[in-house]
Amino acid sequence: MLHIYCPHCAEYREEEEFHAAGQAHIVRPLDPDACTDKEWGEYLFFRKNPRGLHHELWVHSAGCRKFFNMTRDTQTYEIKEIYKIGEKPSVVDSSVPQEIASGAAS
Amino acid sequence: MSDAVVENIKMKVVANQLPEDSEKIHSMAESPLHHVDLASLAKQGLQEGGVHFCEKPLMGLLTLRCHPSAKQKTAIKSLLGVALPMEPLTSATKGDVTVRWISPDEWLITLSGDKAFDLESRFQDKLEGHYSLVNISGGTTVFELSGKDAMNVLKKSTTIDFHSKVFPTDKVVSTLFAKSSAIIRRLDEQRFELVVRRSFSDYIWLWIQDASKEYGLVVDA
Ligand SMILES: [Zn+2]
Repeated sequence: MLHIYCPHCAEYREEEEFHAAGQAHIVRPLDPDACTDKEWGEYLFFRKNPRGLHHELWVHSAGCRKFFNMTRDTQTYEIKEIYKIGEKPSVVDSSVPQEIASGAAS
Repeated sequence: MSDAVVENIKMKVVANQLPEDSEKIHSMAESPLHHVDLASLAKQGLQEGGVHFCEKPLMGLLTLRCHPSAKQKTAIKSLLGVALPMEPLTSATKGDVTVRWISPDEWLITLSGDKAFDLESRFQDKLEGHYSLVNISGGTTVFELSGKDAMNVLKKSTTIDFHSKVFPTDKVVSTLFAKSSAIIRRLDEQRFELVVRRSFSDYIWLWIQDASKEYGLVVDA
């Protein structure tokens, strides 16, 4: 059971109150019509599955129902940091692609 | 449609869900635990025990959503008689009106059932700007658990830490109670209020009976 800090409620709650909502920082293409099938398909369906640091989107579904981001180690399950939507992660891995490391996406 | 046109439409979008005559409310509406007949259980059941249970039937519950501006905050304060609690997990009460922080842009207001429509109407007349106020009275009900073992029942049913150091009076949490959603507020040292979904109320009532068995459950009418 993970003990997760909700940045909106400003306290720790048990994992059963939360839902993981997949990879964070996925940016919708600005002009979907201009996307190739490959680009659009990758936006819709292709996700990272790293062993180690991962930036994830979580939602406090049984609490305030707000989304937030989490940097988590998928190998040790250690939660490295929690940060709000729109903020940049401070814990980044060199293997994480640049657009995420620089926090260009929300 | 331009904004100017929208402004000119004076439309009443609030409808009273209850009969005009407030006396009729209790003969026309049934609380979700109507079938349990709590009044009879209160007479026939235990008169002493560690846990007391009662339903606050047919209350008025309103969900307010907005990112209030300073002007809106002032208007809301005068409408409710109490300022919106901006601090996470807090609540504020004035008279029979209680406002609970639910999320950074959401509050749950409760008051007596026959006053909800009036408050909705006054919001519509007085509060300007972008906001939403929805009457959720029909989908929810309110329970109260009290007594020296009420906290033990809560501990069995939720993952929340109810120690008074971290859960003082007036604190509010939205959480899972026996896996169904509930908004729990501390009323005083030994009294807690649960706002639960109407469709889960019978299940939660059955759960509370089971969880309270070892302490003795007293039903208060
Ligand atoms: Zn939360």
